[in-house]
Amino acid sequence: MSKLCDSLRQAMERAGLKDGMTLSFHHHLRNGDHVLNMVLEEAARMGVKDLTVQASSLFDVHAPLIGHIQRGVVTGIETDYMGGVLGKAVSQGLLDRPVVFRSHGGRPAAIESGRVHIDIAFIAAPTADCQGNLNGVYGPAACGSLGYAFSDARCAGKVVAVTDNLVPYPASPASIDETLVDYVVRVDCIGDPQGIVSGTTRITRDPVGLRIAQYAAQVIEHSGLLKDGFSFQTGAGGASLAVTQYLRPIMKQMGIKGGFGLGGITGYLVDMLEEGYFEQLLDVQCFDLRAVQSIRDNPRHQEISAMRYASPTAKSAAVDNLDVVILGATQIDDHFNVNVHTDSSGQIMGGAGGHSDTAAGAKLTMIVAPLFRARLPIVVDQVLAVSTPGDTVDVLVTQRGIAVNPAKPQLKAQLEQAGLPVYPIQELREMAQRLTGVPQPVPRGDRVVGLVEYRDGRIIDEIYQIP
Amino acid sequence: MIRSMLFIPGNSPAMLQNADIHRADAIILDLEDAVSPDQKDAARILVRNAVRTLGFSGCRLIIRVNPIDTPYCALDVSSVVPLKPDMIMPTKVSGPQTVKDMSHLVAQAEAACGLAEGTVGLIPLLETCEGIENAYAIAKADPRVRALFLGAEDLTSDMRAKRTKAGGEIGYSRGRIVMAARAAGVEVYDTPFTDVNDEEGILQDVALAKSLGFTGKAAISPRHVEAINRAFSPTPEEIAYAQEVLEIIEEARRMGKGAIALRGKMIDKPIVDRAKYVLEMARMLGGKPE
Repeated sequence: MSKLCDSLRQAMERAGLKDGMTLSFHHHLRNGDHVLNMVLEEAARMGVKDLTVQASSLFDVHAPLIGHIQRGVVTGIETDYMGGVLGKAVSQGLLDRPVVFRSHGGRPAAIESGRVHIDIAFIAAPTADCQGNLNGVYGPAACGSLGYAFSDARCAGKVVAVTDNLVPYPASPASIDETLVDYVVRVDCIGDPQGIVSGTTRITRDPVGLRIAQYAAQVIEHSGLLKDGFSFQTGAGGASLAVTQYLRPIMKQMGIKGGFGLGGITGYLVDMLEEGYFEQLLDVQCFDLRAVQSIRDNPRHQEISAMRYASPTAKSAAVDNLDVVILGATQIDDHFNVNVHTDSSGQIMGGAGGHSDTAAGAKLTMIVAPLFRARLPIVVDQVLAVSTPGDTVDVLVTQRGIAVNPAKPQLKAQLEQAGLPVYPIQELREMAQRLTGVPQPVPRGDRVVGLVEYRDGRIIDEIYQIP
Repeated sequence: MIRSMLFIPGNSPAMLQNADIHRADAIILDLEDAVSPDQKDAARILVRNAVRTLGFSGCRLIIRVNPIDTPYCALDVSSVVPLKPDMIMPTKVSGPQTVKDMSHLVAQAEAACGLAEGTVGLIPLLETCEGIENAYAIAKADPRVRALFLGAEDLTSDMRAKRTKAGGEIGYSRGRIVMAARAAGVEVYDTPFTDVNDEEGILQDVALAKSLGFTGKAAISPRHVEAINRAFSPTPEEIAYAQEVLEIIEEARRMGKGAIALRGKMIDKPIVDRAKYVLEMARMLGGKPE
């Protein structure tokens, strides 16, 4: 029987969609994704209830989920990240069951171990053929890597590829191949390119962010890790990306040839690959068009699965070979525990993503954050949610100083020797509080609306309803 | 030793709270052009509270006040003098009388808050044609004057000239203000480069200012501070040469020679003076970051 279905409805019927199932989605189309909404809308029309959405991330584009939850179509969410719109509704008590938050490494580990079962994986495919050979590098919704969908494709009961770019058999390359795919359906449009990748990712011009990035690059310079074979990951936003701008001249001056850049990949890391600063890029997700073009055309820019990226149960994972990772935070406490799940008022607006995985794996985990945002200190007595445990975090870099985890006295000595402004983290907190005052405690409700599952499967914190 | 001066709008809490993190040698908290008339009171209060709370101990403090012929100036001065800034920047200074009047206002404010007379210096902003022509008289008008500052935006408007990046239209003014300041024995600072995104342009502009004899330069963007500090700091090569000059002069003295050459070039008094200045600068900067 042909795998090709006439409609999404037919694909869902052939996959055996019924009440109580778990449906999975990847987030490579990010805030431009149409597929999750399309599938749930069809499920609602079919009268299906009590579904669990198992998504590698959820963005504001997925706001229609709120209506599906209110009507009982969806009753559970498991995800690695949740944008602010949905986060606000969940924080207000939208769901009866708490959302289970995993990490980008914990999710595939849970799926591949069988601890999490997916009944049907809906894989948005920028390019597909009729047998289900899929890639993300061609088509109007090209997103580059499909790394987060690999475990879903391998382990789900049924796999449905949803594409708007059906090409003659065999599609090449085949990131996910036909041996894993049950059904293929063509739709008009799987995503809005504007929301999928930004045309170019731009380094911040915020002087505070740049100051933080300068310090961060100096921390790397004096960490003892900057030598040939150096490996590095940074996020795409704020000060994180700006670190690359300051790291390049340092690497050039020291004549360092890096080993690999990892993670969500931006054009800036692509430039560093092409200019010889790194030998390889390992890419679980592309952040901009330069990265999409590069992963398509440059054999030294490899697509990797989320399992290979960050799984704690894989025989090895890239994060375990990482020298330095630069990460953000909405809060960090005296024990270096980091919150990236909620804002300062306790409202959900994020998730661990690869935060806790890279922190656990990297030799040097650096948090870059302003000392305060608006009137609120970032360094606090106790974070509202522990996303990444403090024993995996080494350094906090702010615009007014650097704090080193007391577990790393050697690193602290090296940074002090280099003349960097190193303070105990408590002193940074007090510095912030002198300016902002001590914030009032955040009121919280009694009901748990989110569970933070660490990459090894342990629940390490609970997120409470906002009253 | 002030190489760079960073303007910070006096009505922006976000910028004020991070004013001292950008490695500028001095910050200029602005109560004048950056603040609209309906915000003058608020900015004055904000600047006062920011200085009291933050201290800004890592850099020198300059406060730019409104022109003396406006209703804001006297209040500006009486509000900010108790904060003990290093200097107050009077604006639209066109002649020595303005400086004398400002000095009088500052003296009254110093007396009112128990500061010794002369604690707070002046760095007059010359931004009119008349001010440029009177530069020397302004610099000599009062012992509080510690430096002159060139403001090219209003100046070119007064000149009816177009302000350009190359700056040909302010070439005369730059030369004149440097000459006047040096003759009067005070420091002199160049106008900011206003295209915050032109990274090549700032390098060229700062090199020009340095070559003309300015002590340093102002910035309206923190991103320009590093270029200014670097340009106005002695390079390792300059420091090494200065040390060689002083060593060879010492050797000449021991040998009883009146004149001596270093690598074929006669070392005379101006070269020795310059070498001493370079080493003094290096000592004062003492490893301070660019």
